[in-house]
Amino acid sequence: MAKKIIKTIKIDADKCNGCRACEVICAAFHASPKYSGVNPARSRIKLIRDPIKDMFIPVYAGELATAECMGRDKYIIDGKEYGECAFCRASCPSRATFKEPDSGLPLKCDMCEGEETPLCVKWCLEEALIYETREEEADEEPKPDEIEQSLQSLVDKHGLEKLVDTLARMAEKE
Amino acid sequence: MRYAETGYHLEIDLTRGNIEKVETDPANTELYLGGVGTNAKIIWDRVPPETDPFSPDNLLIFSAGLLCGTPATGSNRTMVSAISPQTKLFAYSMMGGFWAPELKFAGYDKVILRGKSPKLVYIWIHNDRVEIRDASHLQGKGSVEVQDLIKQELNEPDAQVAAIGLAGENKVYFASIEQGRSSCSRQGLGAVMGDKNVKAIAVRGTKDINLAKPDEFIKLINEVLEYIKWRNANPIPNYMPILAGLGSPQEMKHDDEKWHTENFVWGNARYRRKGFWNDEIAADWKETMETMQRRLISCFNCPMKCGATISPPGQPTYMMKCFTKLTYTMAAFADLEFGLGIAQSATEYGVDGYSAPQVMAFAIELLEAGILTEQDFPGMPSDTEGRFHWLLDRIVRREGIGDILANGTYWAAEQIGNGAQAYAHNNIKKHEQLPLKLSMLDPIYYLMYCTNEKITITQIEGNFPQAPFATREESEAFVSNWIQAPNERIKQYVVDWEPRMAPYYPTPDMCCEIVDWMERMHYIDDALGMCAGLSAFPLKPPYHIHNYPLLIAAATGMEMDEEKLIKTVARYRNLVRANNIIRGMRRADEVPPEDHWKKRFPELEKELLDKYYQFKGWNNDGVPTKETLHDLNLDYVAEEFERRGIYSETPSYELPASQEAEV
Repeated sequence: MAKKIIKTIKIDADKCNGCRACEVICAAFHASPKYSGVNPARSRIKLIRDPIKDMFIPVYAGELATAECMGRDKYIIDGKEYGECAFCRASCPSRATFKEPDSGLPLKCDMCEGEETPLCVKWCLEEALIYETREEEADEEPKPDEIEQSLQSLVDKHGLEKLVDTLARMAEKE
Repeated sequence: MRYAETGYHLEIDLTRGNIEKVETDPANTELYLGGVGTNAKIIWDRVPPETDPFSPDNLLIFSAGLLCGTPATGSNRTMVSAISPQTKLFAYSMMGGFWAPELKFAGYDKVILRGKSPKLVYIWIHNDRVEIRDASHLQGKGSVEVQDLIKQELNEPDAQVAAIGLAGENKVYFASIEQGRSSCSRQGLGAVMGDKNVKAIAVRGTKDINLAKPDEFIKLINEVLEYIKWRNANPIPNYMPILAGLGSPQEMKHDDEKWHTENFVWGNARYRRKGFWNDEIAADWKETMETMQRRLISCFNCPMKCGATISPPGQPTYMMKCFTKLTYTMAAFADLEFGLGIAQSATEYGVDGYSAPQVMAFAIELLEAGILTEQDFPGMPSDTEGRFHWLLDRIVRREGIGDILANGTYWAAEQIGNGAQAYAHNNIKKHEQLPLKLSMLDPIYYLMYCTNEKITITQIEGNFPQAPFATREESEAFVSNWIQAPNERIKQYVVDWEPRMAPYYPTPDMCCEIVDWMERMHYIDDALGMCAGLSAFPLKPPYHIHNYPLLIAAATGMEMDEEKLIKTVARYRNLVRANNIIRGMRRADEVPPEDHWKKRFPELEKELLDKYYQFKGWNNDGVPTKETLHDLNLDYVAEEFERRGIYSETPSYELPASQEAEV
């Protein structure tokens, strides 16, 4: 049975003291050469921080979204209204968050590849960030007849010829 | 490329609305490091001593420290300098928080304001885009609420804003500049900002700060973090709990206030209340703190939680730190609920949490003594707590008696006359001090009170224990892992220090060495932008004289060792003093409040000061000698002293009191 490692950072936002050390060390670690500079705008973790409203939420950079969502969300929790898309991890055309400030290239948390523990976790003496790993069984390869079933619906919709052409074109590109 | 610093100042002429980005000379970083060091150089070069604090020619300098914006844990301080309206001397008040690193990320080491804006404005710094914006709609807004209003207006939730409240706008001599959870409170710099018609400076930066030797630097900082973890788990044994850990005194965390309420004095720095603390008060105050306090919070890149958000019932949330927790309560003979409530108003108005309560208690005393009368206080409520709220409102608006009190106890007493001067009894260099009155003279504190130019005792005390340990075993245990001590001699002073040797031990010679070292650590912090809570203030801090040179070298690429660092610090420390000497400060001004200790020793005190001046290379009137200045490459200062006849004048201590040069 295939296994995969699931890496989790457990965020205990109640413990966050709002110091942004996580942003500092993240930006430094990902500078090139390593540690040669600091710029929190390049960090792959961003602290939503408003002490007067008691907001202290670290958010990690996730996948690049090439298109905006069809709509946006806005959370109100315990009477506190968070900013638009506040908790979203995406580097997305709708905002500057999780993009390199000069190039606009997307940023994504890589769990500090090569380090034993992500450095934001190591630098958070408050233990608001806890690193955990576990093994999970990887999904088994789907059976061929399941693929056939899925393809049949595409054949029904577009016709067999069109589907074969499309697959051939996609195979060339690979 | 410049390392650790950006190499740029932002020069803003408010009179003409001119903004310039000016490249700085790296030679000045070698000579004066940064922060207070380079501030002192700029004031020396550009503000002549005849300049009135409220003249357009007074500069107001916001300086990030040399290490702000690097990964150095706890390096987040802004050193603000100008000539103070209260002391008329060189002021350097400082704030932690988030502003200084943001300024560095925007590409500047300092913002230098000169001139005077014709109308109320705020400054918006966003990387290379800098604007002077109208603030007429923000007039009268609280210093905390206005930070939010500006961020909303700019649609920049990540901007950091330093702002003044009504007190600054009205040039109250003890007005603060507030920012995040921190404030630049001492010496009335908020009044200078108000005089320049600047309501706030907002900054947002997304640029890089570079490190010269990244791997070495990060290794050193990882060691600092490890040491902080160890120290947090290992408070100093046999030492008063509030001073046994790192950070500023952990007032937001500690509920037990027996020590402060019974050792510090109440009212107008008058009454010691032995036996005040009991179970009922302990429970009541604990409940107050638990109901009002929402969260312990930190400054930029620091694990110490020295501040807290406080929500008094029916009032907006604000942020508090350290001893402001008790200053209002004790000045008014009230309880903690009152103290935390009025501190909310005081923070929005933007006043110093040490001076403001004392000024109000001073007014009440003058009324009780008949020097002021009921007519001076029309409409004032009769209960103490109501009186304090009423007085605070009058002071920040400069209405009626408030207009006089707004100048602080020294100047108010001069203006009121009729014996009021005796009630302005807790000042050093015209500035209100902690309400502390003790029994036996402490020689180390005597020297620190006299000679420090930050003019606030809590900001200068430091790494040497405040009292002897009870036994030799305890002392030996203390020094056994005291890696911060500058040399073996200082360790021996602690070991040989036994109870009941005061005030003759440590001896004057030892005191010179101890005070010189403790002061040096503060001056290093104040150039680097390091919080004293991780360095010069607590016992056994993670930053010290042995790792600082390595950190500075790795961050900046400058060559640095202990000897060179000590000389560099001596250079700008003497330049700070030079700024005050040409403004008239002399030995006669270097006196603690007369009633600070009950038991005084005039001969010993004279010997202490004589020896310390000599140790520092100053003449017997406290003026740095030509030789000292020459050794520190400060011949230009000696020449100016010479030109002004400072070396040939009659010493201040030989002048009759009535003729003493007014500082």
